Amino acid sequence: MRTAPPTAEDRTALAALIAKYRGKRGVAIPLLADLQRRFGYLPPWAVEEAARELDLPAAELFGVATFYSMFRLKPLGKHVIRLCRGTACHVQGSLRIAEELQRRLSVAEGDTTEDGLFTLQFVACLGCCSLAPVMMVGEDVHGRLSPAKAVEVLEGYRARAGKG
Amino acid sequence: MGQETVFRVGLASCGIASGSAPVYERLQALLAGCPDARLQRVGCVGLCFHEPLVEVERDGARYLYGEVNPELAERIVAFHLRGEGDVAEHLVASTTAEAPENEMLARQVRIVLRNCGLIDPERIEDYLARGGYTALRKALGMKPEEVIAEVERSGLRGRGGAGFPTGLKWKFARAAPGEDKYIVCNADEGDPGAFMDRSVLEGDPHSVLEGMVIAAWAVGASEGVIYCRAEYPLAVRRLEIAIAQAREAGYLGTNVLGTAFSFDVHVKEGAGAFVCGEETALLASIEGRRGMPRPRPPFPAQKGLWGKPTVINNVETFANVPWILVHGAEAFARYGIGRSRGTKVFALAGKVRKGGLVEVPMGMPLRELILGIGGGVGEGRTIKAVQMGGPSGGCIPEPLLDTPVDYESITATGAIMGSGGMVVLDDTSCMVDVARFFLQFTQGESCGKCPFCRIGTKRMLEILERITQGKGTMEDLDRLAELSVQVKDGSLCGLGQTAPNPVLTTLRYFRDEYEAHIREKRCPAKVCTALIHYRIDPKVCIGCTLCARQCPVGAIAGERRKAHVISDEKCVRCGQCAPVCPVNAISVESP
Repeated sequence: MRTAPPTAEDRTALAALIAKYRGKRGVAIPLLADLQRRFGYLPPWAVEEAARELDLPAAELFGVATFYSMFRLKPLGKHVIRLCRGTACHVQGSLRIAEELQRRLSVAEGDTTEDGLFTLQFVACLGCCSLAPVMMVGEDVHGRLSPAKAVEVLEGYRARAGKG
Repeated sequence: MGQETVFRVGLASCGIASGSAPVYERLQALLAGCPDARLQRVGCVGLCFHEPLVEVERDGARYLYGEVNPELAERIVAFHLRGEGDVAEHLVASTTAEAPENEMLARQVRIVLRNCGLIDPERIEDYLARGGYTALRKALGMKPEEVIAEVERSGLRGRGGAGFPTGLKWKFARAAPGEDKYIVCNADEGDPGAFMDRSVLEGDPHSVLEGMVIAAWAVGASEGVIYCRAEYPLAVRRLEIAIAQAREAGYLGTNVLGTAFSFDVHVKEGAGAFVCGEETALLASIEGRRGMPRPRPPFPAQKGLWGKPTVINNVETFANVPWILVHGAEAFARYGIGRSRGTKVFALAGKVRKGGLVEVPMGMPLRELILGIGGGVGEGRTIKAVQMGGPSGGCIPEPLLDTPVDYESITATGAIMGSGGMVVLDDTSCMVDVARFFLQFTQGESCGKCPFCRIGTKRMLEILERITQGKGTMEDLDRLAELSVQVKDGSLCGLGQTAPNPVLTTLRYFRDEYEAHIREKRCPAKVCTALIHYRIDPKVCIGCTLCARQCPVGAIAGERRKAHVISDEKCVRCGQCAPVCPVNAISVESP
């Protein structure tokens, strides 16, 4: 997990990103998305610097960053678990999976495990309703889960991470 | 040229999630160097419950195979190319042979999904081969007013849920003064339990683009934006590819098809906020601000994006437009009843057997849709209700399933047509829990602008939580009904105005379930964890210890070969013990 102070390289990357948006309107969302792609989350120093450079109120950027669920002000774990809490998944028992994952990983929704391996997120709908209950780990979709199967899936990621 | 055999693999999100990628790779290897065979990557076929799917077409006859793995793919190739072996038992649908899902497909009419599953969404040539962009050519030969009149005559109404007549919306935008006008495609499919737009964007992105270009010609717009959920990365990628191809081929950009008309489109990714499906919030989001709605009027057709006249239509609405132009308004209006014409795409999910994407003529009774097409619910279960319209919609109870699918009839039940999410609920679904689920969703997604929506939904959620925990009172029901009316009346946008619908419909049709939770502290469907208990029948238990080993919290005690006991205090009601019991000794009880 990176919470270290910004390096010279980080600052150069940020300056290049900011340059892309100079003089354009409606930049907040794509700018923040770019920042998040580069840093893995939105480091407050970078948001503040972007606001200063683009002559935008920092409150406006933070306002947008906290409004949309995609943006994060904290670093993410290596694997982001997105457990679907949509209707179809709910009626097929996704709440029990949610509870089991929180127990097994000892994290609450939105948080990252101590070892930095997993971040647990609940999302509204992944649009794979016929495979309910569903979760995504990174870009991979895992469907037709039970609490036990979901844990098994995560054990697989943990084992692979352990091997290097 | 010899007879070509086409092999198609469904590679939309749900296909990939079910394992269609390895099937595609195996076919690629098998068919490489086969002059008479062609491999095609297609979008959603609709029969999601049979994924991964492989379709074979030869001499105009089509054979669709389900639950295909790489090994079966090999046998399918052997059968179709060399006549070896037999794969008939894996056939799920066919244009010529007997197959289990033929009837399910025969009940459908495919206008929006006309190309889904039949073309490679990443190849414009495939779209053109099926008549793509002929509607645009035709439209450019007509006056804009004529195009609008044609759409008006077809009776097409907004497929995003509200059902506003599309032609009328275009007419307003055309009449609005100003040089710069915009076309916006709402692809922020946020309703949980809905995946119609994703399937169309992943399976046939050009149909949406073509609809947008025609709309632009009709209203006089030169710029378009597709606002797509970031949760749909594959849809975004395929749209980007389609836009580049359409530009290259002259269907987009400066001087479309050599005329004086210019129009270009770009994709704007959403950042995760349900309220952005509301049109004024969506515009705020495109402009880079927090997605908060504003009062209407002025309507976007007068003052929309950057204050300019803007047409906002949903993905499915745009996908209908080229078909209407090619086949004529009358052909479209032939389907449907009353003021609802054409077809509607539904994402059928929940406790239904055959979940997937279906397109039916307006007016089909819900019962036919759920039983005839969806195959009903599982063995031994009974249908309790169908939830339509997501968090803005409501639950239609089983006795009302003869209601036809049309805007007005669905609204009369207290639900809404919505964008097409249809979640089937059976006797193991608790209606109070369903209401609580939706309220939790809308409460979390309320943007916070209107106090009734922000605070009212919170208070409603608290009441529902009390009831599901067995701590509710009968007065709570009156308070829920009262708050519902206030939140509806006191909210600016669709989110708040419709948020109470799931509560109101369940109160109306399933009051007995609420009362059971309150008076008897009982959850009839055995869902609400505070009101259920897991028990092992000591007479049946064989002491195999499987359940004890499965329990994540060590709540099950017992010696090997002796009856086990669940500690009710320790038990977290996760339900993992019951499925592992080999003798079905574990039951769920609600007093």
